[in-house]
Amino acid sequence: MKLLDGSWVKKYNSMEHKEESLFVKSIPYFDKYGILILIAIMLLVLHLLQPDVFFSWRNITNIFKQISWQSMLALGVFMVIVTAGIDLSVGSILMLSLMALAIASKAGLPWQIVILVAPAVGLVCGMINGLGITILRMPHPFIMTLGTLYIFRGAGNLISGGVPIGGFADQIRAIGNGKIKLEWLYGEGATQYIPASLILIFIVYFIFWVFLNQTRIGKWIYAIGGNPQAARTAGINVNKILVIVYTLCGFLSGVGALILAGRTGSAYPNAGLQSELDAIAAVIIGGASFFGGRGTVLGVFAGVFIMGLLRNGLNLMNVSVFWQQVLIGSIIILAVYIDVLRRQFSTRR
Amino acid sequence: MNESQYILEAKSVSKFFGTITALENVDLNLSPGEVLGVVGDNGAGKSTLMKVLSGLYNPSEGSIYFEGKEVFFSSPRDSQNLGIEMVYQDLSLAENLPIGDNIFLGREPTKNFGPIKLLDHKKRKQLTEEHLAKLKINVKSADQKVEELSGGQRQAVAIARATAFDAKIVIMDEPTAALAVKEVSKVLDLIRSLKNLGVGVIVISHRMDDIFSVSDRVMALFQGTNFAQSQLKETSRDEVVGWIMGKKI
Repeated sequence: MKLLDGSWVKKYNSMEHKEESLFVKSIPYFDKYGILILIAIMLLVLHLLQPDVFFSWRNITNIFKQISWQSMLALGVFMVIVTAGIDLSVGSILMLSLMALAIASKAGLPWQIVILVAPAVGLVCGMINGLGITILRMPHPFIMTLGTLYIFRGAGNLISGGVPIGGFADQIRAIGNGKIKLEWLYGEGATQYIPASLILIFIVYFIFWVFLNQTRIGKWIYAIGGNPQAARTAGINVNKILVIVYTLCGFLSGVGALILAGRTGSAYPNAGLQSELDAIAAVIIGGASFFGGRGTVLGVFAGVFIMGLLRNGLNLMNVSVFWQQVLIGSIIILAVYIDVLRRQFSTRR
Repeated sequence: MNESQYILEAKSVSKFFGTITALENVDLNLSPGEVLGVVGDNGAGKSTLMKVLSGLYNPSEGSIYFEGKEVFFSSPRDSQNLGIEMVYQDLSLAENLPIGDNIFLGREPTKNFGPIKLLDHKKRKQLTEEHLAKLKINVKSADQKVEELSGGQRQAVAIARATAFDAKIVIMDEPTAALAVKEVSKVLDLIRSLKNLGVGVIVISHRMDDIFSVSDRVMALFQGTNFAQSQLKETSRDEVVGWIMGKKI
């Protein structure tokens, strides 16, 4: 089908509704569920290529464990991107939160407090981003969060002395490393389990789905991304909403740090390095528009999952890490190109 | 109760943007059920004045009275709470959102879910459909996104949004500028029906046809100041065109 040809666009624009082809009518559905089809195809291909390993319980849980902390970053970055903003600092927030957690743990604070340190530090970092963008009137969130990308990682190294800190209590590691055994289902001695982090992903994603789709502030976040002027004239305090969004993004990065602390058992200077780019990639692959106002929570999860599947599949097939980079990069460009085409078709001007 | 007969009054309002003077000592008044046409050349300050009246801008100097009482707006929501609604020239619609979401943006109907307030999608849809029907606005569905609508339909949504909450004053900035001919007469009909409901309407327009078709009174701004005003029946098209260009006959 000649989808990419300019004359096709013209033809589509001139068509009356009743003459719309089946293909055009299917665009909104493909828009919504196309990503699930993509996942299904990937699962099928990976299963055919690695029939013994891929669908094993161990491998599938492994994928979810690997994407667990990235999924928190991606969700935060998603909300920011919906407002037509960007947060480059999430990887650094994660690292600073992780270091703060490690120091609190090393100082012998009770685990009930240590467990709160990472989300709290993340929240404060996010609030700094939000206040900087709105109060200092930065021309674009890119600038503010590029600055804090350096500041937060530098601060993390300052408080830790730039060395890894390890040794966390089991209670702290439970969220990232915990296992919910399925012996009641598979019988005594079964090794199958559900990672606690997967449960956490579902809970957090559900809460944020409700927040974005069922509350007024969620609606306003989308409105700000669509047209900030419209939001302002509707009496919405745009700056306040932006501060809330960046604060929540920082908070989620802190939660990501808590999960990572559990998975690795230590805080290390390179934690979360470049993970802001992975988060942005997952959001874009998941169908959110970089121009703001568009995207779904389910799409973000799909985006994170696709990146996880890709890495997992390529690892299973012993494809070099360099090819993985090339592939992920290509998928980002393809995803955004699809977004461009979608806007061309869906907007009447 | 009211010392003033006016529902809305602006007294010597000035607005400065840095070194630029957009408005200087401008007066304006509006009675209930009156349609005031505001004319002026580009840059005469019409839009700035409307944004001051709707609370989007704070006046640098001067004061605004609503039903005889001085009011201060810190945001458009303050003026909305009093019943002053604005239809902006650039429409100010979030094109990524459906019609209903735009009409109720910032004032979404909610239902209580325990201590949490959740959006009441069903109620919003129902209110949207009722309101669109009342204004005889035809769209495929209240769930249609604004970006899928024509220019006239978008204008209709903007007006629907302004009138969804018992407005006492509706301010319209170039409501017919981007519309096809048959859509223009529909908007003008809408203005007349608002007047009949006792709503005060301020219409900014470049189109003399619109001004002379719906206004009771016309006032002209020139270079940020009051230039002239008159009851519509006591003036003529040529005179008003002269005012716009800064000429008094």
